[in-house]
Amino acid sequence: MTWDLVANVLIAGLLTGMVYGLMALGLSVIFGVVRVVNFAHGEMMTIAMYAAVILFAGFKLDPFFAVLPVAAAFFVFGYGLQAGLINPFITRPEHSQFMLLVAVAMIMVNGLLMTFGPDARNVQVDYQLESIELGRLLIDKARLFAAGLALLTAGALAGFFRFTRTGKAIRACADNHLGALVIGLNVKHLYALTFGIGAACVAVAGCMMVLLVDVTPSLGPSYTLLAFITVIVGGLGSMPGAIIGGILIGMSEALAGLLIAPSAKSMFSFGLLILVLLFRPQGLLGKKQ
Amino acid sequence: MNRRALIALALLSAALMLLPWFANSYVLSVATLILFFAFAGQAWNVMMGFCGQLSLGHSLYVGVGAYASAGLFMHYGIGPWAGVWLAISLCVALGCLIGFLAFRFGISGVYFALLTIAFCEFTRIGFDHLQWLGGPGGLFLKVAQRDTIDIANFRGPPAMYYYAILALTAGALALCTWLLKSRAGFYWQAIRENEEAAQALGINTFRWKMLAVAISSAMTAVAGVFYAFYYNNLFPEQIFHISRSIEIILGPVIGGVGTLFGPILGAVVLTLLADGITELLAAIGVEVPGIKQVFYGIVLLAVVMFLPHGIWPALARKLGFARSEDAHGDSGSGATASAATSARKEAS
Amino acid sequence: MSAQPVLLEVSHLSKSFRGLKAVHNVSFAVPAQGVVALIGPNGAGKTTCFNLIAGTFAPDSGAVHLGGTSLTGMRSDQACKAGIGRTYQVVKPFPDMTVEENVMVGALNRAGNVAQARHAAADVLKLVHLDKKSHIRAAHLTLPERKRLEVARALATQPKILLLDEVMAGLRPTEVDQIVAVFRRVNQETGLAILFVEHVMRAVMALAHTVVVLHHGELIARGTPAEVVRDPRVIESYLGAEAVDG
Repeated sequence: MTWDLVANVLIAGLLTGMVYGLMALGLSVIFGVVRVVNFAHGEMMTIAMYAAVILFAGFKLDPFFAVLPVAAAFFVFGYGLQAGLINPFITRPEHSQFMLLVAVAMIMVNGLLMTFGPDARNVQVDYQLESIELGRLLIDKARLFAAGLALLTAGALAGFFRFTRTGKAIRACADNHLGALVIGLNVKHLYALTFGIGAACVAVAGCMMVLLVDVTPSLGPSYTLLAFITVIVGGLGSMPGAIIGGILIGMSEALAGLLIAPSAKSMFSFGLLILVLLFRPQGLLGKKQ
Repeated sequence: MNRRALIALALLSAALMLLPWFANSYVLSVATLILFFAFAGQAWNVMMGFCGQLSLGHSLYVGVGAYASAGLFMHYGIGPWAGVWLAISLCVALGCLIGFLAFRFGISGVYFALLTIAFCEFTRIGFDHLQWLGGPGGLFLKVAQRDTIDIANFRGPPAMYYYAILALTAGALALCTWLLKSRAGFYWQAIRENEEAAQALGINTFRWKMLAVAISSAMTAVAGVFYAFYYNNLFPEQIFHISRSIEIILGPVIGGVGTLFGPILGAVVLTLLADGITELLAAIGVEVPGIKQVFYGIVLLAVVMFLPHGIWPALARKLGFARSEDAHGDSGSGATASAATSARKEAS
Repeated sequence: MSAQPVLLEVSHLSKSFRGLKAVHNVSFAVPAQGVVALIGPNGAGKTTCFNLIAGTFAPDSGAVHLGGTSLTGMRSDQACKAGIGRTYQVVKPFPDMTVEENVMVGALNRAGNVAQARHAAADVLKLVHLDKKSHIRAAHLTLPERKRLEVARALATQPKILLLDEVMAGLRPTEVDQIVAVFRRVNQETGLAILFVEHVMRAVMALAHTVVVLHHGELIARGTPAEVVRDPRVIESYLGAEAVDG
């Protein structure tokens, strides 16, 4: 075990973590505003990955370009899901909403299984095999680009919420539902918009992820859990928290995989989730609810 | 329960007792599966339906119960009648650990559900690395001659297993009925409806929630022991998988969370329809993996959207088994409608 | 005051929230069988004071004693076992349970078994005129009915003192009179002491033996309803300094 190896593993984990972070960001935005626990989040991510696979297989479209149509489609889908299915459920008890999305998740995962079968699929682009050398460090090109786009997307999102009128309106809804209604904001529309944005984040994350791992339908539930772990560790409702949480999870997973065993990676993450839920449920950067 | 319901129950019990005589092995195995989910669903219902604590990691107890009893059997030759006590003890301890951590730290609702998932997943991966209990390759129990009944080791023909799970389900129904009518039932429902108000009425909510968790996990442990000795092979990936946890809750959610017959009805509806679909598709030559689960998802979606209290309350009223004001048989109809119906009932 | 023994003793109660003194050095007592009203303008600290006594949260300093037993720092279920019966400003019924079942939960506090609780609940329901609705789910009750249910539930726990948090809010004058009659009857027949936070002066004047007035977290006046209503400090706190002179 040389320092080079550890450093390379950590960097790979960090870069992968940024993609996790983007996925978690979508979840955080959805929960932070609409207060819906999207149990189908990982399944949406998996669908995005398959979409990238299909676009690549059919049109030789590089995932970086596939991002645009997939994100657009996911935005529309997310908007529709919230407006059509979830909005009527806002007044229902929490576990009712949860069950609704559990059902959606089941349909998604097994729909994928029915369509694509259980075998792994991936994309194969040239730069996946190339790496950049920085002294003794070896950085995968694909991983670096993926992390870059993830960061860019997160930045764009932050800018949207900070500087645009719609973004501020959405934040108003999150802070004070009743107040937003009082000042005449179309809250239902803004909720649907937010879900669409969260879904678009997942779409981008998915297109990037397929460059790094193979996709199978069973990834769905794993990614849902991973997204929750990331968001809870980083802090529910905190955007930078989601990214930082993602980086932390990515790095600790990579390290656990190296030091313990590859299959023990997620065990470590679950252990971390348990600890965070118990001792600091608001996560690193979240607000105490 | 009114006269009509009692008669229906008696008829149903008779039919169930006599089933092995006029059913073939396939029907018997389906019936056994239905009863397994009915039993496990009732166990989960104690925690969620009665007490309002959402567990999405219940397959943890099935798995630990199964592996505990199977391990004792495989490595020490100890039969399931003793093994079940280890299974129950371990699962109650686990449940109480999760409950203690959650309730002491004020974790509830969705966060609690996530905690239960995390514990289950953690255990799944743990068992994958536990070579002593088979690891990922699985643990296989010696399947002795099935024709002779060996009660001590719980081996025998399919009918024996059927009667065993039937007894367990009936026992669970009796237990749940008794619990619901007792102080526990009142206190659990109060906690479920409004924990803060319940506490102000003198209820030590921590203790009563722990009791619900303990009973629920103990019952599920027994389901696990049954599972081990019926299926005779255990794989961590399967038995601890989150989709198993969801399968356990499908019955109660579809049938009616918090009711007595909901979990049973839900298990029946779900298994029969799912099997029906698979058979139908196989008949026309289609065999698609995942279609059963898609079906489960659609049924769950429909129920959550249109029948939030489950099928049983509405069905019970339609069949005349319950007064419309019955707290467990009411799906939220307006006060005037119920008042009119109860007036009619009093007049007749 | 009177030579009645003291049932509830509130001594030097203080509570701050992030630097803001919500309640500061408040002391008063409720005698056995007494009825005390806690009034004051909005933001005076009445609800905080109430919650400190009921055990919803712990005071920064000071103590609460019920019949000699210290309640300070007790959880709300322990406070109930010690004899505190409370209602909530925003009612908290058990919606999916029937009216009877709701009250039985309260009755189980003292009753040994469910059957006894059912009997006890029936008596209490008759008292608040909800006995005809005992098999209706709480979710289907009107607001005044829910308030009576809340009171019935608290009464069923057989408290030593009943704590009412703005129970009159949202009731029409006739409904106010009805429920005041219930409280007066309970107090006179069973000797149950009552401490109630209230804005509705109609109820305060009709029910209270003693009135305690809070303003900016401090106790500014104490006396019979008639005395307090004429007290210039009280008038000033509600209506401003001009009202006293003019």
